[in-house]
Amino acid sequence: MPPFRALRRAASVLTTPLAPEDFLGLVNPLASTRQLRGIVTKVVPETADSATIHFRPGKGWNPHEAGQWARIGVEIDGVRQWRSYSLSAPAGADPAITVTAIGHVSTALVRRTKPGDVLFLDVPQGDFVLPQHPRPLLMLTAGSGLTPVMSMIRTLVPRRPDADVVLIHSARTRADALFHDELLELSDQFPGLTVTHWFTREQEGRRLDLTDFGDLETLCPDWRERASYACGPADFLDEATALWEATDASPEGSLTIERFARALLAGTGGEGGLVTFEKSDKEIEVDGDTPLLEAGEQCGVVMPSGCRMGICRSCLTPLVAGRVRDLRTGEVHGDEGELIQTCINAAAGPVHLDI
Amino acid sequence: MTTTANRPTETTDPTTRVTPTSPAGAPAPAEPTQPVRRKPVLAAAGGPSVRPPAAAHLSDEDVERLGAELDAIRDRVMASRGAKDAAYIRRVIKIQRTLELAGRATLLFSRKRAAFVAGTAMLSVAKILENMEIGHNVLHGQWDWMRDPDIHSTTWEWDFVSPARTWKHTHNDLHHTWTNVVGKDKDVGYELLRMDESQPWTPKALGNPLYNLVLAPFFEWGIALYDLELPAWQAGEKSTEDLKRDLLDTGRKALKQFSKDYAATPGAAALFGSGKQAFWGTFTANAIRNLWAHSVIFCGHFPDGVDTFTEEMIEGETRGDWYIRQMLGSGNISGSRLMHLMTGNLSHQIEHHLFPDLPSNHYAEVAVEVREICERYGLPYTTGPLPRQVFQAWAKVCRLALPPRAERLPKGSVNQAPPTVRRSSPLPMVAHGG
Repeated sequence: MPPFRALRRAASVLTTPLAPEDFLGLVNPLASTRQLRGIVTKVVPETADSATIHFRPGKGWNPHEAGQWARIGVEIDGVRQWRSYSLSAPAGADPAITVTAIGHVSTALVRRTKPGDVLFLDVPQGDFVLPQHPRPLLMLTAGSGLTPVMSMIRTLVPRRPDADVVLIHSARTRADALFHDELLELSDQFPGLTVTHWFTREQEGRRLDLTDFGDLETLCPDWRERASYACGPADFLDEATALWEATDASPEGSLTIERFARALLAGTGGEGGLVTFEKSDKEIEVDGDTPLLEAGEQCGVVMPSGCRMGICRSCLTPLVAGRVRDLRTGEVHGDEGELIQTCINAAAGPVHLDI
Repeated sequence: MTTTANRPTETTDPTTRVTPTSPAGAPAPAEPTQPVRRKPVLAAAGGPSVRPPAAAHLSDEDVERLGAELDAIRDRVMASRGAKDAAYIRRVIKIQRTLELAGRATLLFSRKRAAFVAGTAMLSVAKILENMEIGHNVLHGQWDWMRDPDIHSTTWEWDFVSPARTWKHTHNDLHHTWTNVVGKDKDVGYELLRMDESQPWTPKALGNPLYNLVLAPFFEWGIALYDLELPAWQAGEKSTEDLKRDLLDTGRKALKQFSKDYAATPGAAALFGSGKQAFWGTFTANAIRNLWAHSVIFCGHFPDGVDTFTEEMIEGETRGDWYIRQMLGSGNISGSRLMHLMTGNLSHQIEHHLFPDLPSNHYAEVAVEVREICERYGLPYTTGPLPRQVFQAWAKVCRLALPPRAERLPKGSVNQAPPTVRRSSPLPMVAHGG
């Protein structure tokens, strides 16, 4: 919208060094030049430990495809924390995430979020999406891995009379099963959806065994002909992947998986590690007492620096992955995207820096 | 920890990636352009060859213990930061923006005298808050821990002629690292004034009071010029390339600031027949802000009782010694909570210099403990009400305009170097717990 942009430019002459949005922010919390935000419109409890948070995103959000995820920022004790969550709402609807209370960020989201709260957002992304052309589908999910698949089912099943979807969802108990009633209703209403709930901890319950074909053959005999999607914990996906690799599946019988993953690199203490400077394309193995700044300088990275004692913050460098140890306090910290004072932080395990 | 986070699968394990330019583990040769490291990190133990006179009675062990006590205070307060603090800075920002908007809107009708006075007053307060409690402290990274990109030292730009980037370099890095080390901390006189006995007297110093009188109402322009570090460039310490970049950034920022305050907003007021008045109202607000900032900042390091240091006093400095230098080299201003807010808590200059990245709303509580530590270790803790501190700073400006007594000998006397006079005598204005 050129007229809007021109107007904004004109207004910024009056507001510099701030942007007009900084003043609009006094009345409209979604106005920001730097940050995409959303306002929570509704919080729906799903199970005892999970809730769906609906939100209205501000300008700059892209409508999501079924199955995609988005980075969600939330403030906990004054600190912005980012995590990625799958969107559970169908494509075309206002976005919503379904969060299970595991870990302190997710727990805070489930327990404390209320309508009117502001969430910080990144645009939806991910390739775990429905196939381009109609095909019979098999969905294998466990726990909260159902979330992206729910978005697919909600998108596809009510709109496509020719849909043919089999869902096998594993949960500990019926009370823990996300979207349990809604799935049963959908499968009653639409013949294209078949739902099997697999409860591991109810009477006679056991793990869904994907180490061989047994369970799968019973639950979905034509699984080899279906385009399959799996989402769940790592071992669940590892088994599924191995199973599909061991099979001569038909060309249609591909498996698409979505992994649960957090910190790509786990640091365990102040033991040092391999530091990778991504943009400079350099890496160096250092001990736990060498500041990252010195590590960078040692291998020829032009590092920003200042006081070299942790007071001036000239050396702030974004962390891509890994954990670092504050040499002053011994505290091990580090979240994706966090700006690190390289002069007083050392590697705690492998570290990737965005420089 | 597992969470419900779902991530795409294409992320390969980054540790297995092969880096083409340098084989794993083997450091590539340092590039020749690598900047020379300016100084080593603080010494782990021992102490400088010469401790500042006011701390000469302390042993290495005393200093180490003092350092540990201050570290403990810092760690405790840092760990306590939370939602209340985040709410505090957001509230101050909201109040400041509301005041600025109201002030500028009122100036649209400043043809009326009452609107002129009210608008100018609101804009003055807004500008003071913006520079002191918000800008200065955000640029110190006091609020970086919130990880809010809108309130972050790397993204913040302030209502001040000097761009955040150049100011952060001369202030956060140079001034805060070398606090009051004559010859290293250029804030001792801003390369304009003679502010310490050990700075050689030249006839130029006679202009001290006059320079300061002009500097005060145009402080932001003075700082913008100072941040360009022209003397460092002349001395070859700053590259021409860096200077060009700084000149360009400063010029651009100055133009924007100038057109906002003296063209765009008075232009808007002209639509209501108040153009001229809005111009002068904004000019007055800027002058008031500059005068206030100048006064507060001069109280930080120039009143009686605040020490300066020689380079040998920082050779071998430990963390404890560094803390001591910050305490001896800074002076506080006593006053009400409103006073502290309007000074951006630079009224707690001592605490700010000890912990420059501690959120400013915590300095008051920290001050009680720091003062107690100073008493216990027999270190002076300089503080006083604003008028007295301002008077002392100005008295120093005037006093040092004149040559030291030794140079004021009758003509024909032996021309020997004047003794460097350092005031290590008991400090009359130092408050000892009272």
